[in-house]
Amino acid sequence: MATDVAPLVVSDIHKRFGEHEVLKGISMEAQKGDVISLIGSSGSGKSTFLRCINLLEVPTSGDIQVHGENISFKTDKRGERIPANNRQVEQMRARLSMVFQGFNLWSHMTVLENIIEAPVNVLGISKAEAMDRAKEHLERVGLYDRKDYYPAHMSGGQQQRAAIARALAMNPEVMLFDEPTSALDPELVGEVLKVMRGLAEEGRTMIVVTHEMAFARDVSNHVVYLHDGVIEEQGNPKDVFENPSSERMKQFLSPKY
Amino acid sequence: MFESTIDIFTNPDTYELYWDGAVVTVQMVFLSLLIGGALAVPLAIMRTSKNKLINYPVWVFTYIFRGTPLLVQLYLIYYGVALIEGIQQTFWWAIFKEAFYPCLIAFVLNTAAYTTEIFRGAIEATPRGEIEAAKAYGMSWGKRMKRIILPSAFRRAIPAYSNEVVFMLHASAIASTVTIADLLNAGRMIYARYYAPFDGFIFAALVYLCLTFGILAVFKQIEKRMLGHLQPR
Repeated sequence: MATDVAPLVVSDIHKRFGEHEVLKGISMEAQKGDVISLIGSSGSGKSTFLRCINLLEVPTSGDIQVHGENISFKTDKRGERIPANNRQVEQMRARLSMVFQGFNLWSHMTVLENIIEAPVNVLGISKAEAMDRAKEHLERVGLYDRKDYYPAHMSGGQQQRAAIARALAMNPEVMLFDEPTSALDPELVGEVLKVMRGLAEEGRTMIVVTHEMAFARDVSNHVVYLHDGVIEEQGNPKDVFENPSSERMKQFLSPKY
Repeated sequence: MFESTIDIFTNPDTYELYWDGAVVTVQMVFLSLLIGGALAVPLAIMRTSKNKLINYPVWVFTYIFRGTPLLVQLYLIYYGVALIEGIQQTFWWAIFKEAFYPCLIAFVLNTAAYTTEIFRGAIEATPRGEIEAAKAYGMSWGKRMKRIILPSAFRRAIPAYSNEVVFMLHASAIASTVTIADLLNAGRMIYARYYAPFDGFIFAALVYLCLTFGILAVFKQIEKRMLGHLQPR
């Protein structure tokens, strides 16, 4: 059965912005149920790497394979690498849903409308079915009573939970989290992390860029430490956090004050 | 002086004159806004294109029509087109010999130019993150436009667009200079018939005022319904 195929394989990703090379060859593989935390200081390239996975940034070189299917690229007139087939990219993106640092809910839609939007208009699910499922996801993130609110009328934590419900509604093979708690007030971080922990426990495949070391240590089964565009250290969280082998990782983990 | 006022406003013909004029004005403005607005949507999308070949012609169009007086545009279309050699032998003449169509064309092009820029601004103000989310959820360019960018932009454009509607209503008064029997023309008729400029034009002005308040009331309702997501609670 196809379940043995890794949902996501990324190999040797390079990303260059002009002269500046942000990613210098990063490879990663996510098996079903993996929760991978990407950690590293600001500017280490972890968010750029995550955005390369669903092609919000197009990697300068390197391959992306979603459930065994390779994304194909071509070179445009100016010599830049672009996806060869937009349709393929759209289908791929629909299988990897993303949760953003700034929530990025569609502000003219209510929470419920946000959640059913892509399932109905991208996946082609009927509206009635999408509403049914949305109800489940909203209950899951504890926002059912807020389903008719507009994003602007909710707290950051509620917005991010709504965004997670939106991501779940795609029934994605892999969920990508781009610093989901970095824009939140400290007292709102917990409610979002709790939801994410629940998702990890039910076996969702997740890749999480985060500054929450406790989350990376306790929830993920694999930690990747990025520094200066390369993987400086990776492994299971226990080893990486308790016994970092690289000097930089030690520094990164040590208290700064 | 008051005798003529009483004469004017006890004569039912007066009201019929103003009513007919108001109907013509409302028709013209409504049609212009409808067609001009429909043109403005694709033009605004083109105007936000990064491709200069698409963006630039629209820029030229909006700059010409926003940079010159509507009255000049109307005269050019109404008087100018009639003098194009041979046009009187083509079927276009059926359209251009009446005052109504040249006038409508001038209004449509003018309001299309302004509305294009209003929509362009609203489209460009779409939060980047929302567009990015639409991409990340697998929406194609067309779907992003239709489902996310335009619905959000149209809502943002409502307050500026209501100004354009009021402006268009007032600007439409120049139609009377090319023989169209609009609302201002009714005022002019009263002036000519009774030599009563105040009665004639003040009454016309009052009707414009009522129409303006009507427009503003409608937009207030629309804003209440469509802009709820932007208002603080």
